[in-house]
Amino acid sequence: MISETFEPVFYALVYILVAPILGGLIAGIDRKVTARMQGRVGPPVLQPFYDVGKLFEKENPVVTVTQNLYVLSYLVFMIFAGALFFSGGDLLLVIFAFTLSHIFLVLGAYASYSPYSHVGAERELLQIISYEPMIILTAVGMYMVTKSFFVSTIVSSPVPIILYLPGVFIGYLIVLTIKLRKSPFDISTSHHAHQEIVKGVTTDFAGPNLGKIEIAHWYEYVFLLGVIWLFFAWNPLIAVVAILIAYFLEILIDNTIARVKWQLMLRTAWVIAGTLGIVNLGVLYYLRMVVVP
Amino acid sequence: MQILDLLLCLILVPLIAALFLLVVRRDSWRALIVQLSAVAIGIVSLVLLILGFDKGTLLYSVASEPVSQVMFFIEMILAVFILYLGIKHRKSLTIILILLQAGLLIWFEMSLAGHLHVENNLFVDQFSIIMALIIGIIGTLICVYAVGYMETYHNRHKELRDRRGIFFGLLFIFLAAMFGLVFSNNLLWVFFFWEITTICSFLLIGYEETEEATNNSFLALSMNLLGGVAFMAAIIYLAISDPAGNLLDLNYLLTTGKAIALVPAVLICFAGITKAALMPFSSWLVGAMVAPTPVSALLHSSTMVKAGVYIIVRFAPVLSGTTEGLIIALVGGTTFALASFMAISQNNAKKVLAYSTIANLGLIVACAGVGTYNLMWVAILLIIFHAVAKSLLFLCVGTVENRIGSRDIEDMGGLIVRMPRIAIMMFIGMAGMFLAPFGMVISKWAAIEAFVTAPFGLIFIALLAFGSSATVFFWSKWMGKIISVMREQTVVEDTVKKEKYSVLYILTGLVVVVCLIFPLMSSVLIEPFVMNIYGKTALLSQANIIIMIMMLCLLMIMPFSMLFYRKGAQPVMLPYMGGTPMEGPMHFTGSMGISREIVLSNYYFEKSFGEKRLSLFGTSLCGGLLLIAGILLLGVIV
Amino acid sequence: MTYLQKSPWIVHYNASSCNGCDIEILAALTPVFDVERFGIINTGNPKHADILLCTGSVNEQNKVPLKNVYDQMPEPKVVIAIGICASSGGIFRECYNVSGGIDKIIPVDVWVPGCAARPESIIDGVVTALGILEQKRLTMLKKGSSDNTKAGEAV
Repeated sequence: MISETFEPVFYALVYILVAPILGGLIAGIDRKVTARMQGRVGPPVLQPFYDVGKLFEKENPVVTVTQNLYVLSYLVFMIFAGALFFSGGDLLLVIFAFTLSHIFLVLGAYASYSPYSHVGAERELLQIISYEPMIILTAVGMYMVTKSFFVSTIVSSPVPIILYLPGVFIGYLIVLTIKLRKSPFDISTSHHAHQEIVKGVTTDFAGPNLGKIEIAHWYEYVFLLGVIWLFFAWNPLIAVVAILIAYFLEILIDNTIARVKWQLMLRTAWVIAGTLGIVNLGVLYYLRMVVVP
Repeated sequence: MQILDLLLCLILVPLIAALFLLVVRRDSWRALIVQLSAVAIGIVSLVLLILGFDKGTLLYSVASEPVSQVMFFIEMILAVFILYLGIKHRKSLTIILILLQAGLLIWFEMSLAGHLHVENNLFVDQFSIIMALIIGIIGTLICVYAVGYMETYHNRHKELRDRRGIFFGLLFIFLAAMFGLVFSNNLLWVFFFWEITTICSFLLIGYEETEEATNNSFLALSMNLLGGVAFMAAIIYLAISDPAGNLLDLNYLLTTGKAIALVPAVLICFAGITKAALMPFSSWLVGAMVAPTPVSALLHSSTMVKAGVYIIVRFAPVLSGTTEGLIIALVGGTTFALASFMAISQNNAKKVLAYSTIANLGLIVACAGVGTYNLMWVAILLIIFHAVAKSLLFLCVGTVENRIGSRDIEDMGGLIVRMPRIAIMMFIGMAGMFLAPFGMVISKWAAIEAFVTAPFGLIFIALLAFGSSATVFFWSKWMGKIISVMREQTVVEDTVKKEKYSVLYILTGLVVVVCLIFPLMSSVLIEPFVMNIYGKTALLSQANIIIMIMMLCLLMIMPFSMLFYRKGAQPVMLPYMGGTPMEGPMHFTGSMGISREIVLSNYYFEKSFGEKRLSLFGTSLCGGLLLIAGILLLGVIV
Repeated sequence: MTYLQKSPWIVHYNASSCNGCDIEILAALTPVFDVERFGIINTGNPKHADILLCTGSVNEQNKVPLKNVYDQMPEPKVVIAIGICASSGGIFRECYNVSGGIDKIIPVDVWVPGCAARPESIIDGVVTALGILEQKRLTMLKKGSSDNTKAGEAV
């Protein structure tokens, strides 16, 4: 049927067009809430759009022209991966596509020989390897509950996935802090204030390149919050509330906990999140295979 | 042309070429013989593919008696040769092992061999064709590359004896032995070719004749001989179980049902584990990196170690569902995770490649040990993709080493300025190892999807998830090192020979092509093979294949976007160094006005991922696992 | 208002200042004055910044780094000299190692005198600079980026 084959394409297109707006609003609300927590007035909610608009008005200096290629690839594959997710594709493939896009950002930072950029790139890689096992376990957990890796099946499943995957969910929230670049895990680059390595991974990007990176981040926010939706997909209202609460928690943690060193980040992500995830999945496996086959 | 003729051709042509190469003195003649044989072998392999892909399993009988006698004779000579070398270099472990193996062999010949008769000694099926393609195309490409490489090598190392005749002779004997191994149906013949590859590896590792090389070569020999002893034990067990020799027919053994096949399967898989350098036997492969690069590329990444996993994958249907199979799979899985971690702490490029090879072989064995039908499919895919990408990487590293004089990753900074084409090919090779949508990621993806439905699959998924994160880390930081644009360094690339380039271009092209045509490979070769054994087969869904191809196209198009960023159209500025005054390229004015060089170094995390700690852990864990498997096996026999 | 005026990012450089003006600049970011409500972010990186806030009288060691930081800022950019030391050298004007005002090194658009300049003056200076920034942007658009291209090889 035409509409059935067209449906994934339709959702992908909606994502491509709407996600930057949604993501930018999320970023704006983030800054506003952060400011209020700090007793300030804060910028207008549309500020991220002004920021990106300004960045595209500047000239585009580079250290090497290959940086243009890497940033463009980062953005394109980020959009590709997110579109794949929202069109109902295979969750594992989505994860690998995201890793691909992040590697391009890292390569873009490596392309210049600034020490800040270099250390930022190394730390960004550490962040990537910190969260990757957990999100693979998340995808596997989704499969174990719904018997499918495809987002379209998971989203339409009537089963309350969160009841089966509480440990995985908490583990996901821990690595979400890493992915959203929130303190205590914002060691590679951060959206506010000074860094001990200047701007880390984004140090040597300027103007439109920086704007593209920012837009890619917006696409990413929408995807990351979409994964939270999957846990609560059986009841959209609860899902929205869960997303709001989770994001608020992230902002709260960002403003209260100081940045940690990479060892603690890696250990937290791998040991705690991994243990929660593996134990949860192990229990699930036992219940499904042994108790109720 | 009969397929049997093709098989015999593939075994005998490299052998003949080897004989010529052993005696020829002139470099130009040597190069000519290598190139001609390479082309011939490559063409015959392709003809085999075209004629044989849809024929299923074909069995051939070849006059076995005279051949077996010759084999026994050669094995005895080699045993004496090794004994002599073992005594000369005072390697007691080697002496013990070779005496044990020779002793078993002689006893076998005396008492049991007379009654044995295996009807079909040679066979070919889709899996053998795949292996033959790897040996025939990638193997020969490496040999062609070696001609140019060895010339530069001996120019650099004038203190070493120029034994290139022996070198190339051994390479081609090795190719012949590999062909023999994958086409043999008679387990005695498999064992013979197996031992030939061990000897070739031993002699080639020790090519440099330095103390380190000699020690490492004996280490490799001892571990492989240990495997050989296990192999011999399996053969004796089978000969005792069925004196007529039917069980020595590999095809028959695999299809005959599990009970009788389990014990020899585990023993032969143990031999496979030693040859594939899984833990606790990985130190020989890491040590073998002292050999010249073509040896590392050919034996220790694409072909010989693949023989180890080849035999384990053959026995996968026997192992599937058994505890011993699970233990072997665990050995493979933990090797994958631990070797990936250890690769993070290595800055010697060849050692990184060695650990990565060990890790991937571990993953293949993990798939084979659990042995469901979709995991078998994954294992074969992994073999293909890994052989292509890893050989490209080894050859590139060899070229780089010859030009810049160092194997250290830290010296490869800014390679894209100094050797742009090689750097880009290395980039593609590395991408082939860990980036979507290239082959290894397809395989890992398929592996996760397959493990999720397999018994105890969760353990393997956890090992896979953590191990593959580690691989992302060490490949990316190496990639970052070579694409860093450090200006105004001399371009050394122009001195690289043309023949080497053609080999590298072909291999790079293969990395991409193999990824594009993998649905075709799967449906033509791998799926029929798996279907034949299990009665059902695996495949990635249509939609996902399309998406993979889309990604590949996007990736290929990206570099073309560079055309839109014309040189000079954008301001180019220095990287941010905190405003520090720069004094020419890669130097800045430090405190006290002293000019300092900019040195950027990767993280290696020696304390967390160091070789010593992890290797001790891995050796004890996997050694313990194998011990348990052995005890279980004794329980079965007794 | 244009995007540039709604989102001016600053980089702050101390060219051998006594830190008095610097403290006042950072005070502008605190909740009492809160310049982030104008979209101002203090990025530590000249490549991300539009406005250079410079304090201090510029001694010998600072000349080249100051020029480097200025050069690394992409167009359009403005420079604000904060404090009397940055404007003319202040009380250090006659010292042997002091250049006396940052306009000896880089072109300055707005001077904010004071010792230390008060946060209100600084904010006033930034708002003035925003108008100049907009003019520069229009000039840049008219000319194209031709006179901003630097020669240099690219990979």
